[in-house]
Amino acid sequence: MTDNTQSFQFFNRGPSPAVRLVFFVVLSLLLLFIDARYRYLESTRSTLSVLVSPIQRLATLPGVLWQQAGDFFTTQRNLVENNKSLHQQHEHDAAQLLQLQALQQENQKLRNLLTLPQRGELTTQSAEIVYAEHDVFKRKVLIDKGANANVQIGQVVMDDTGIVGQITRVYPWLSEVTLITEKDHAVPVQVLRNGLRTIVFGAGDTSQLSLRYMPISSDIQNDDLLVTSGIDGIYPPGIPVAKVVKIERDAAYPFARVTCLPVAGVDKHRHLLILSGLPKLPERPTQEPAATQNLKAKQKK
Amino acid sequence: MPYLAPANPEIQRPVSTTLIVLSVLLALFLNGLPWEGVWLMLRPDFVAVVMLYWCTHRPLRVGIGLSWAVGILADVADASLFGQHALAYTLLAFGGVALHHRLKMFDLRQQTTQVFGILALTYAVYALVHWQVNGYMVWPYFLGCLTSTLLWAPLSIMFQAARRMRVDRE
Repeated sequence: MTDNTQSFQFFNRGPSPAVRLVFFVVLSLLLLFIDARYRYLESTRSTLSVLVSPIQRLATLPGVLWQQAGDFFTTQRNLVENNKSLHQQHEHDAAQLLQLQALQQENQKLRNLLTLPQRGELTTQSAEIVYAEHDVFKRKVLIDKGANANVQIGQVVMDDTGIVGQITRVYPWLSEVTLITEKDHAVPVQVLRNGLRTIVFGAGDTSQLSLRYMPISSDIQNDDLLVTSGIDGIYPPGIPVAKVVKIERDAAYPFARVTCLPVAGVDKHRHLLILSGLPKLPERPTQEPAATQNLKAKQKK
Repeated sequence: MPYLAPANPEIQRPVSTTLIVLSVLLALFLNGLPWEGVWLMLRPDFVAVVMLYWCTHRPLRVGIGLSWAVGILADVADASLFGQHALAYTLLAFGGVALHHRLKMFDLRQQTTQVFGILALTYAVYALVHWQVNGYMVWPYFLGCLTSTLLWAPLSIMFQAARRMRVDRE
């Protein structure tokens, strides 16, 4: 091996392909196991993301340019109309906001009277979608705020109309939002009309949501609005999540099949809000029943 | 290296490292374009096809180890599990290295059928890992395998043209 000349290197081919195959397959499987089970490799991932992110940024450029070109060629009439409708919306909202402030005061007083804990104030941070995940299997987007802007795993992301998703991974300058339409992504909700508590799950391959384990006899109707219940300690209470669009009640099955559509433009918007300052729940009793732990674990997924 | 009489003299033309690196970066870039909906399902895996091309045409330069490393980068780019792309690309590279003698003897049409087999294996492994971990399958994902196979012929012609240009300049 000392005579390491050019011609010698030609023959020095190292281990045979089969040996390399076995080595790298085992290495990959090991990494897969560690990542899927323990998630130990997040720091490695964010280090490597520094290498990859320039290419990814570059790849989003055509989309951004296209959008900017679209913005540039917007006609004046469009802008005027847009402005007018926004003004109308604003006046409408302002009236409601005044009412809301009065109601908030009233609520605070009532809560004081009843010695209930106050509702926490939510602070928001705006972020822009950098790109959507390029994987058929997943419904995730990446936004332009990361560890540098104090984004943390588990924070809730919404747009102006409702819940969009939850932050599941934080990189130095980016963070990954899992959309509520991701398969098996669960959000604890309440039917606004009657306060019925349930959990809404993402369907994965379509942009729909579904309610599982709803007894056939349960009081749920088309066009019912589902809002977050807030009892999980992750989602703040009272934010719209989905609207019921279809209910199939088949007497052969114990549960009704309820299909919902998300209220927020989960697949549409570019600008999102990250919520922080979530209400702190009282500490859990030390011994938890196993069942709730399982549910918690499932939600975290 | 004992040069056998190559069946296809094009294959023995020199390749610069720059071309290999640039093509892989370009493939990562193309994979990263904002594909959505149906287009995402139909998107060929550019990285897989480019890696397979170099594994079959330059098996001594681009092999299993490098494919694995590119796979790790693809895992970071796609935020898939660590090792998911890497595992698939390792098998892809092994298929490429193992079949490179055979592919040299074939014309483009025959190559395409062989390439389809390797790519199908790669896609199946990726989907299998996903199915094992998450418990469900998205069948339209396999459409990408067909489009990737269709990409083989144009890509081969393009790379050969690029290499011929370089030889002409010299």
